[in-house]
Amino acid sequence: MIKKIFFQSIFFSFLFFKEAFAAESGGMPQLNPEFWISQIFWLILTFGTMYVVLSKFILPKISNNLESRKSQILENIEAAEKQREDSEAKLREYDEVLLKSKSEAKTMFNQTRERALKDIMAKKEVLDKQIDDEINKAEKEIEVLRASAPDKINKIAIETSSELLEKLISSGVNRSSISAIVDDLSKRNGDKYYGN
Amino acid sequence: MAANPMSQFDVYRIGPEIKVGAFDISFTNASLFMIISTVSILLVFNLGSKRNSVLPNKMQLLAELSYTFVAKMISDTAGSKAKPYFAFIFSLFMFVLFCNMFGMIPYTFTVTSHIIVTFILASFIFIGVTIIGFIKHGFSYLKLFVPSGVPAVLLPLIVVIEIISYLSRPISLSVRLFANMMAGHTMMKVFGGFVISLGLVGGWLPLSFSVALTGLEILVAFLQAYVFAILTCIYLNDALNLHH
Repeated sequence: MIKKIFFQSIFFSFLFFKEAFAAESGGMPQLNPEFWISQIFWLILTFGTMYVVLSKFILPKISNNLESRKSQILENIEAAEKQREDSEAKLREYDEVLLKSKSEAKTMFNQTRERALKDIMAKKEVLDKQIDDEINKAEKEIEVLRASAPDKINKIAIETSSELLEKLISSGVNRSSISAIVDDLSKRNGDKYYGN
Repeated sequence: MAANPMSQFDVYRIGPEIKVGAFDISFTNASLFMIISTVSILLVFNLGSKRNSVLPNKMQLLAELSYTFVAKMISDTAGSKAKPYFAFIFSLFMFVLFCNMFGMIPYTFTVTSHIIVTFILASFIFIGVTIIGFIKHGFSYLKLFVPSGVPAVLLPLIVVIEIISYLSRPISLSVRLFANMMAGHTMMKVFGGFVISLGLVGGWLPLSFSVALTGLEILVAFLQAYVFAILTCIYLNDALNLHH
């Protein structure tokens, strides 16, 4: 039966190797019990040794490696989380400080501005007062000058006209009549020049 | 290499014949590849667990990915109660995977293509799972054979079927792996033989087929190791959490 299966399985190659097969008996070496005991013995020996070495030395190490890696990764993740929280807290702190200093700077700026403005105002007032005083004084002087100006002009005019007449006529001139005429003229013309 | 596609499964002695009593425990090519597989597993996982850096290097990543892969597989199928058996299922998966993968290298020997090897592994799992079941649940573990919600008329039949299916577990488990490995390797060998016999003219078709088969077989090598481990988990789940 086995022989039949075997020959069926190698039917095609059998066609090409007729001579080669003629010499051999054919059949499955697997069913030849000659080395069964040897195979069992060596299987138990090698497999047993391998099992013992693997289970006692190698597999615990691999499992240990995997565990330690897992825990290390978890630890690292935890540490990273903590650091992230820390940095966030720092960032918040920094923001607060920044805000506070900003407002401080604002108030400081405002204060100094107010102070400067006040200073400027005070100085301006003083200056204004001085300027006003000066202007008043000058106006007064102008007023005085203006008040005295027609008289002087009249006097000059009288003198000039009397001297002119004296030269023209070459005799004494009534001064009082001349001054009356000059006054009259200057009054008429003074209105034109001074507007008062 | 002989042209016979089955000759790749031949077991032969390497070195002298060793006899203990009546038993021949000589060192064979099967033993050699068992040792190569276990040594490479230990080497890979030792290198992968040596340094514990947060950023793993390639070896460490490989070891840790395998660890989490198997751990997830166990917790998905058998729950948290199966944690004490993690090391065994891990070794089982890695052993079958490495034996399958080493078998994919040309001119090597595939340990798992021998029914005796897979049968010993499967029967060890079967016996172990049965013992665990009886320790955890006592005689109520036999309830496994009596599914709830079955009409009384069908019950005798169902119980017989359940018992047969339970007892055939080691056979189905071992034959699945063994047959997959043997069939794949035989097929590759047969197509390899076609390449030689058809020569330069017609050999290209079987060659391309051979290449495709190699990819398929690597997939099968991984898949069968996975299936073997996951079925172990399912059996363990039956023993740990009696659901029936």
